[in-house]
Amino acid sequence: MATQQSRSAARIMMAPAVILLLGWMLVPLTMTVWFSFKKYLPLRGGDLGWTGFDNYVRFFTSSAFWPSVQATLVIVGGVLAITIVFGVLLAALLNQPMWGRGIVRILVIAPFFVMPTVSALVWKNMFMDPVNGLFAHLWKLFGAEPVSWLSEASLESIILIVSWQWLPFATLILLTAIQSLDSEQLEAAEMDGAPPLKRFGFITLPHLSRAITVVVLIQTIFLLSIFAEIFVTTQGAFGTKTLTYLIYQRVLESQNVGLGSAGGVYAIILANIVAIFLMRIVGKNLDT
Amino acid sequence: MGRIVLDKISKSFGDVEVIPPLDLAINDGEFTVFVGPSGCGKSTLLRLIAGLEDSSGGHIRIDHEDATHVPPAKRGLAMVFQSYALYPHMSVRKNIAFPLKMAKMDKAEIDRRVEGAASVLNLTDYLDRRPGQLSGGQRQRVAIGRAIVREPSAFLFDEPLSNLDAALRVGMRLEISELHKRLKTTMIYVTHDQVEAMTMADKIVVLQAGVIEQVGSPLELYRAPRNVFVAGFIGSPKMNLLSGPEIADYNAHTIGTRPEHIAISQTEGVWEGTVGVSEHLGSDTFVHVKCAAFPEPLTVRVRGELDLSYGSTVFLTPDPEHLHRFDAQGLRFA
Ligand SMILES: Nc1ncnc2c1ncn2[C@@H]1O[C@H](COP(=O)(O)OP(=O)(O)OP(=O)(O)O)[C@@H](O)[C@H]1O
Ligand SMILES: [Mg+2]
Repeated sequence: MATQQSRSAARIMMAPAVILLLGWMLVPLTMTVWFSFKKYLPLRGGDLGWTGFDNYVRFFTSSAFWPSVQATLVIVGGVLAITIVFGVLLAALLNQPMWGRGIVRILVIAPFFVMPTVSALVWKNMFMDPVNGLFAHLWKLFGAEPVSWLSEASLESIILIVSWQWLPFATLILLTAIQSLDSEQLEAAEMDGAPPLKRFGFITLPHLSRAITVVVLIQTIFLLSIFAEIFVTTQGAFGTKTLTYLIYQRVLESQNVGLGSAGGVYAIILANIVAIFLMRIVGKNLDT
Repeated sequence: MGRIVLDKISKSFGDVEVIPPLDLAINDGEFTVFVGPSGCGKSTLLRLIAGLEDSSGGHIRIDHEDATHVPPAKRGLAMVFQSYALYPHMSVRKNIAFPLKMAKMDKAEIDRRVEGAASVLNLTDYLDRRPGQLSGGQRQRVAIGRAIVREPSAFLFDEPLSNLDAALRVGMRLEISELHKRLKTTMIYVTHDQVEAMTMADKIVVLQAGVIEQVGSPLELYRAPRNVFVAGFIGSPKMNLLSGPEIADYNAHTIGTRPEHIAISQTEGVWEGTVGVSEHLGSDTFVHVKCAAFPEPLTVRVRGELDLSYGSTVFLTPDPEHLHRFDAQGLRFA
């Protein structure tokens, strides 16, 4: 936007969208903050008036709070690490000319179209079931004791399920980025004596840094609020109670809207801390 | 050392034979230019020499050693790409140092060579910038810098000046020629611009559809083009190629005469014609003359300024000393 005129024109054109988004965001946010200062127990008397910061103190001092923050961060971090590493590798692989590349690309993208609830159920019953799951059969084939995944390695299992869902997204974005890499740069590096791994490290990876940033930021937003995967697998047991799940339990299982709303505000704070942290680390990639 | 010999080298993409078997020898220290129309296979030939494409047949020898299956990095050649192919996320210094870093040279030596190349190419003030912050000519120089620090046995240039504006192109042309005189390294230079070919080359290789039409020094090609294609391609403005009943006296299928070898007169001459557009360059005037005998207008070059009004009648006389005669196959026989 170079000129004064184009800038103000841009502002006017953007205004409806900005106002709509603001409304969309502000109304629920205000309601959450509103309820968080109330004692509101729908099945036990309804609105029982203002309580000040009571809900905040109770939510924060509850023994479930810190473990839930930790579980949230572990899941987000684990999924990000897995999807980025394998996403980059898959993208590099799918960028190679090979037989049946078109079909493989579609297959790779397929998991993204499966609803979270469905995919979690499929993983739980088909793969991770300690009696009939495919993993159990595989373990038995090698004479090992089947692992009851969702209770013994619950966090890891959830990370695996969620990663499987998000890997296509990461791969897709990284693949388009890798395809935009000028092949002459790779050839120049080849002539400069860089072997394949160094070409990947010095040319391809820096080229992908911006796409990786985008993937990290977008995924973080969605991963902070994963719910269905936990709901249909462990129901928050075995250390998989994330902040989102904790809020759900407070609001719907304990029927305490005020307490849950206070948790919601904490979730917003956590999301912002994570966002600031990420922007510090990777956000500078977006500048240039 | 940088003697490159192509022995029956050929290249096909699938069923399409882009370069039929071809022989060529490039001597050490020579500035060789590949020139030809777009799509004739110049880049492909250069990439074959660089090792970026596998040949479909034949051998490449570099300094008497068979390099046909040697990977690009081991051939000791440096290439400057048309798009420059600079590494966008590295500073100019890191770009130039990259090949040395890959060769695991020690830090002090890398710094010394980078500083040296930068001062030769007037890049010292820009060493800490990114390629995106440089002008086209500066990027071009960085690409050349990245090539010279390796001290290769030959440089390969693929249309390095085609992204520059006309004035800058003339400047860079001189700089590259200067560099060649100083380094005395073999250079292979691809261009479709015959002016670049004529001004820079020790040896020009004219290609058409993957076939070498002629190899020779610029003046050899100018004086004695082997066939109609070379005759029409080398020289600016283009040679006038004439055929038809009007030239029966010359005992040739086609005759060629360069614009500078035609005398123009308002009173007498061999061919009569009417004056078309005149292009005034100051030092020269190019007059386009439409002759009834030939379908194409003839171009005539006149020294200095000449005023002929559009549509007036003139007479043209070709200089018999510089007349090229071609047979029905397009080959020159005198
Ligand atoms: N990877 C490829 N696959 C198939 N055909 C190709 C490939 N690369 C080049 N060609 C074909 O080979 C021919 C020669 O291409 P090349 O790039 O060598 O032309 P060029 O002489 O460099 O032309 P220009 O002056 O336009 O750069 C062209 O007809 C082109 O279509
Ligand atoms: Mg080319």
